[in-house]
Amino acid sequence: MARMKFLCDAERCIECNACVTACKNEHEVPWGINRRRVVTIDDGIPGEKSISVACMHCTDAPCQAVCPVDCFYTTDDGVVLHDKDICIGCGYCFYACPFGAPQYPQEGAFGARGKMDKCTFCAGGPEPDNSQAELDKYGRNRLAEGKLPLCAEMCSTKALLAGDGDIVADLFRSRVVRRGGRPDTWGWNTAYKD
Amino acid sequence: MPATSTMNLAQRKKIMRRSFIVMLLAIILLPLSGYWLMGNQATDSEATVTNPRADTWRQVRQGSPDAYTAVQGRETNVLIQNMGQNWRQLRNGPLATYGSWLIFAVLAALTLFYLTRGQVKLTHPRTGKTVERWTLNERRLHWLTATLFIILAITGLSLLYGRYVLIPIMGHVAFAAYADVAKWAHNILGPVFSVALLVILVKWFKENLFSRVDLEWFKGFGGIIGDQHPPAGKFNGGEKLWYWTLATAGVAICATGFVLDFPNFDQTRFVIQISHLIHLSTAFLLIAFAFGHIYIGTIGTEGALEGMTTGHVDTAWAEQHHNLWLEELQAQQQADNDKQTPQ
Repeated sequence: MARMKFLCDAERCIECNACVTACKNEHEVPWGINRRRVVTIDDGIPGEKSISVACMHCTDAPCQAVCPVDCFYTTDDGVVLHDKDICIGCGYCFYACPFGAPQYPQEGAFGARGKMDKCTFCAGGPEPDNSQAELDKYGRNRLAEGKLPLCAEMCSTKALLAGDGDIVADLFRSRVVRRGGRPDTWGWNTAYKD
Repeated sequence: MPATSTMNLAQRKKIMRRSFIVMLLAIILLPLSGYWLMGNQATDSEATVTNPRADTWRQVRQGSPDAYTAVQGRETNVLIQNMGQNWRQLRNGPLATYGSWLIFAVLAALTLFYLTRGQVKLTHPRTGKTVERWTLNERRLHWLTATLFIILAITGLSLLYGRYVLIPIMGHVAFAAYADVAKWAHNILGPVFSVALLVILVKWFKENLFSRVDLEWFKGFGGIIGDQHPPAGKFNGGEKLWYWTLATAGVAICATGFVLDFPNFDQTRFVIQISHLIHLSTAFLLIAFAFGHIYIGTIGTEGALEGMTTGHVDTAWAEQHHNLWLEELQAQQQADNDKQTPQ
């Protein structure tokens, strides 16, 4: 069985935000919710790096561990999904997640948050695959259609990779081997003069 | 001859002391002479050059405070927030574990105490005369706060332990329905409890300042252990301890509760996580203390509960448990009588 993973190649990401837009469009995510976002370090300074981040579908998912109603489950593909019918919108998954993946339709007084929403790795939810209920609550289920997450599929520089972790790792490794260049020869500038 | 020899000894000691200080200074200062010889050369360019990629990932690890993102919202430019993992470990680990131990330990101790010591009985028969201990408004205030406390404790504990205790019994769907109601009850009643607690703290502040009398009360274990009856005013040492627990831990639980209850004020996750940890630890402390309070106020002490239900207590009970308060009341009554009936 494949173990699905995301990987963002910071050397390739050009911060076009197309993954963010594609995700919102594909799943018709409500206004104010962004399942994916691009963060730029050292923006505007030479050496700036951008990384696209969403739910990473952790192995030992913190959200899953702290959920009071136990609404998370991990699929056979290693995708972390949740059941919106059970979610009470307490916000604990948001407290625990290192990546800031859980999103809420509102952040109101008295802890009114609504049902949590997050990246599903384009794998829907507990409802029958590609049913209307699944579409309404979680968006498209591309995995059930034999497709990979749209954010990675349409990434113009192929910075964002999604799929079987072994294949993603092989791809990235071959890139690193071919890439060479300064960032991979760390210490040379300091150590050698010519 | 003996005089000069002692002089020599003193001089020798002086010389020894001086040379020791000189040697010590030399040991400390001589190695530093390298800096003086080299000047500032060591701090030149090479050492300050860092690897740009290492810098990037260092920034990511440190929460990337200066990062940019097009997505608007609170902390959206943070790639990795590390405290969440600590929060998870502490909540699911020590707090959940030792918290449940504390609750069960207190329950076990109270049960054991009841079985061995039994109820603290009235030492003198009831006189049939009563004095007012709590006014109607005080009782309303007490029972409002008490009811809210119990609801908040049950709903709060359900959110922490329900997954392990209630889901196996109720199933996911039924528990989620209950947890939803529990969450709303907790979030809405919490602020009401805070207001009630604040009123209590203000209302009973003066009577709860510790005095010398309380020291003796604690030395005599409040008459709970043994048969002596240490003196007490309207509030005994134990009640004052409960008051000050509420004034500290109670205030902390309310303050952190507000932080958690109103996520619309743009507080960061770090503030929320710390608040939640404080909220949880103070909750356990208060629940444990409340068990003791409830025990002493009900089955632990004969005649105690009627003060908070009817508002009046028997003078025999007052004499036994709050003698100074009773004396005060009687003196007050005497003074009033004297005023009303002129000779």
